[in-house]
Amino acid sequence: MFAYTIRRLLMLIPVLLGMTLIVFSIVHLIPGNPAQVILGETATQEAIQQLEQSMGLNESFFTQYGFYLADLLQGDLGSSLRTKSDISHEILPRIAATFELTFFAMLFAIIIGINAGIISAWKQNSWLDFAAMIFALVGVSMPIFWLALMEQWVFAQELGWLPSSGRQPSTGQIEPITHFYVIDAILHWDFDRLIQVLSHLVLPAVALGTIPMAIIARMTRSSMLEVMKSDYIRTVRAKGSGQFLVIYKHALRNATIPVLTVIGLQTGVLLGGAILTETIFAWPGLGRYVYEAINHRDYPVIQSGILVIAFLFVMINLIVDLLYAFIDPRIKY
Amino acid sequence: MKTSEEQREQLEDESQVYNPNPYQEEEDVEAISPWKDALKQLRKSPLAITGFLLVLFFIILGFVAPFVSPYEFDGDDPINRLQPPSADHWLGTDDIGRDIFTRLAYGARISLITGFTAVTGALVFGTLLGIISGYFGRWVDMLISRIFDILLAFPSILLAIAVVAILGASLTNALIAIAIINIPIFGRLVRSKVISLREEEFILAAKAQGMKRGRILLHHILPNSLAPIIVQATLGFGTAILEAAALGFLGLGAQPPTPEWGKMLSDSRDFIQLAPWTLIFPGVSIMLVVLGFNLIGDGLRDALDPKMKN
Repeated sequence: MFAYTIRRLLMLIPVLLGMTLIVFSIVHLIPGNPAQVILGETATQEAIQQLEQSMGLNESFFTQYGFYLADLLQGDLGSSLRTKSDISHEILPRIAATFELTFFAMLFAIIIGINAGIISAWKQNSWLDFAAMIFALVGVSMPIFWLALMEQWVFAQELGWLPSSGRQPSTGQIEPITHFYVIDAILHWDFDRLIQVLSHLVLPAVALGTIPMAIIARMTRSSMLEVMKSDYIRTVRAKGSGQFLVIYKHALRNATIPVLTVIGLQTGVLLGGAILTETIFAWPGLGRYVYEAINHRDYPVIQSGILVIAFLFVMINLIVDLLYAFIDPRIKY
Repeated sequence: MKTSEEQREQLEDESQVYNPNPYQEEEDVEAISPWKDALKQLRKSPLAITGFLLVLFFIILGFVAPFVSPYEFDGDDPINRLQPPSADHWLGTDDIGRDIFTRLAYGARISLITGFTAVTGALVFGTLLGIISGYFGRWVDMLISRIFDILLAFPSILLAIAVVAILGASLTNALIAIAIINIPIFGRLVRSKVISLREEEFILAAKAQGMKRGRILLHHILPNSLAPIIVQATLGFGTAILEAAALGFLGLGAQPPTPEWGKMLSDSRDFIQLAPWTLIFPGVSIMLVVLGFNLIGDGLRDALDPKMKN
């Protein structure tokens, strides 16, 4: 296990280097003069030269890449062309906002997805199985931005049950401690605020979690069906255990192993999907940060946003891979 | 005296034509052809047939778009803006009075062409790289596999956004971006298949006969890797359409007045309460066509997987 962990960490190095190279190249691969494209066609020659100077575009590609890596290693992501602020400072509360949203979206996807998959496998070939799997198929095929807009229309605008955008009400903002508002509300011992924060989370989390939920449901069903045919389950049944106990105590533990990989991969999908969901729900996270930067051609923010999301994705997959090796003793690495 | 090259070619040709009992072999092939078997299974799957009908519906809709609607997809009609569905406008009109049905029909064409072109591009380059990587192994495999790893380290939509940020926002660039993000998916799939096939007896036999590498790849390895590629391509159509719509929604794909479904959804955002039909129909269209491809893909996977026959 230790050797595997070391090997897995070493394998990460070329991937991380490649990622930084791709992200760094975004500005340099722009056809024509990047500074001209960033500033627009009406920019003066002086402004173009100034930007080239400040972004170091006059240096050779590899010299610039070297400086970029050195800055990254010190946690310096550069500064935004639009706000002139330090990106590292701007990005931290946004990472917390995206993490909070992703966490609740995944929680929704896991709870509903695993239980739908179990019920489907338990009642295989029944109408319940058929309904759950059609629901899962539709869920996989649905554009999440459409689902988000539909939710906003029905639950926020028509029924008025839930807030349509933001992380909290515009009046009486919470004093951030960790920037995870759910945790902050608990730390402030303010339960009214906690309910408000949670109610703001419902619609974006459901929209974001729907596709992973559908995929987890399908994976759990097929995994459960396979486990249910195994000898040890037959033995448990022969001992007289009830169906509920067989499924939740014995079958689920082994059936969850492949589901765990799916969960890891889907977390990455959630980070990508956050761009769409956060844009629609005005959620001040990483995705919206990148989206706004694209609209303002703020390339340093686009680069940093993409790099941070990809880095989180790689780290989540690393954790899942290590967990996978830890949980399943049958696998030798 | 024949050169070794000529002898080798003769052997190759003989291996193609030699057949001790041609009638018997033809009968056997007929009996066990996996493709015919898969097609038979596919015909029995109601879900796959539903998927096929859904896709067919949108293909026909895209083809007949100019003939079934009296309106232009970019024909503004401010007097009739935000009209609900009626006999004149089957699915209503948008904020500048354009007929939504007409735009959806033209949009079907755009979505299907985008999906087809992006997946074909990814399939060709991915398959090529996967075959080279899997068959040649060593440093070639190492290099290509690491490139795949790096590309797969980005959430797909994010990589597409990066590509569009470089090339600029347009439908063509969105299409290129979608093709690029799908290359490693096909590449990895083909690579793993090639690696497992490389050591099979029939490949060793072909090598022993002196068959050239290119011929082995084209005539033996590629045909035997087709099943998973076809399944992935079918499922990939749906994903590509979703990705194109997402880029269109973010303003990074098709530009106005192109009736791309994602862009139509983004345009409808400000009128959801006033004219929900501007939101509902483009979304349902995307969902149905993607569902169609997913159903066909699932059906094909089951039909081509020998384990599913029991």
